[in-house]
Amino acid sequence: MAAEGHGSIDALSQFKLEPVLGQFGAALHISQANVMMAVAGLLTLGLLWVGMSPRAMIPGRLQSAAEMAYETVMNMCIEQIGHEGKKFFPLVFTLFFFILFGNLLGVFPLFFTFTSHIAVTLALSTFVFVFVTFIAIKEHGMHFFSYFVPKGIPAALAPLMVLIEVISYLSRIISLSVRLFANMMAGHVMLEVFGGFVVMLGAAGGIFFVGAGMPLLVNVILIGFELLVASLQAYVFAILTCIYLHDAVHLH
Amino acid sequence: MTRFRRIAPLAVGLIAIPMMAMADGLPQLDFKNKLTVYQVVWGAAIFVVLYILASRTALPKVESVLEERAKRIAGDLEGAKDAKGRADAGIAAAAAATAKARSEAQAAINAAIETSKAAAAAQSAALNDRLEKQLKEAEGQIAAARGAALAALPGVATDTAVALITRLTGAAPDGARLSGAIDAAMVARGASR
Repeated sequence: MAAEGHGSIDALSQFKLEPVLGQFGAALHISQANVMMAVAGLLTLGLLWVGMSPRAMIPGRLQSAAEMAYETVMNMCIEQIGHEGKKFFPLVFTLFFFILFGNLLGVFPLFFTFTSHIAVTLALSTFVFVFVTFIAIKEHGMHFFSYFVPKGIPAALAPLMVLIEVISYLSRIISLSVRLFANMMAGHVMLEVFGGFVVMLGAAGGIFFVGAGMPLLVNVILIGFELLVASLQAYVFAILTCIYLHDAVHLH
Repeated sequence: MTRFRRIAPLAVGLIAIPMMAMADGLPQLDFKNKLTVYQVVWGAAIFVVLYILASRTALPKVESVLEERAKRIAGDLEGAKDAKGRADAGIAAAAAATAKARSEAQAAINAAIETSKAAAAAQSAALNDRLEKQLKEAEGQIAAARGAALAALPGVATDTAVALITRLTGAAPDGARLSGAIDAAMVARGASR
């Protein structure tokens, strides 16, 4: 997140991917996004490994956090999917914490937000879509396709309804990925723009220097807001995955 | 038609230019940068490793601790329930023992009362018997004394009558007449009694 240029704010260069880890990274096409992904993964595993290492009967703070993380996602799975939800719990847990830590890490200055890349969110949503469809066909076989035929519609309307249902089913890929991507990107562009205002007003000096406090205050509020959005979007992604899995397991 | 030919490139340009600008502007859509695609490839690898490590090692660890705790709580609850059951049984046993002791004491009291009543009855019966016997003996003695007195009476009466008549008449009375009169008198008195 660096604003520079000739009096203009470059809000998009923060999303630019750069090779990291020197020649080795360049040869393997490793970007800072992958580093942040690895960090997010290590934080997820670290929370569980380090948190649960005391195996205390009465948990301490970190163990409480780890257990709470486990139980929150487990409850989400069971409430949304039903008792079959336990099967999908590790996947939902991984998705939720991968995205959550990815979003939260991005709020730190100079840290890259990999969830602000449509390619990443699209890959995640495509994976969820393919997985959900695979589960649905595995559970129900050819009967799965009755999902696209709403009950109790006139036969004349059936082709139209089936078309609409199929489109709405396919659009899950887009809605799931664009929701996360757009939320994360918009937040970071806003932070960058107001950060740019602070720098520009501060550089102008005099009365403007005092005026720079205004966008700074906005940024402080925005950071808090971003923390909310980061958590909320991870939660939305996870719970929508659960709802889709519920549909796949139960068909309606 | 000619107008369309003139407008078409303009329209295409109007649409294409912002899209190109977007593509240039948004690093997310910059697919000329290989990193855009490779971040997904590496991301997929990282995600798979994360999933395997989380599902094989990290999450079972949490599960085992939570299960252990649930088991412990259930065990403790079970123990508390057992203890309560034992306490209830103890209370019931104590109540039963108290009731038994009370009934036993009552029975002992009743038995003692019965025993002493029987003893008193036996004592009074024995006393009555003795008194009865003494009374009978006394009556026997009285009867014997009376019999003896009655037996002695004709002799005394005869002697007295002989002495009286001799003094009054100066002559000894006829013995046979006297004893007859005395017997008649004795019978009369005896009957009158």
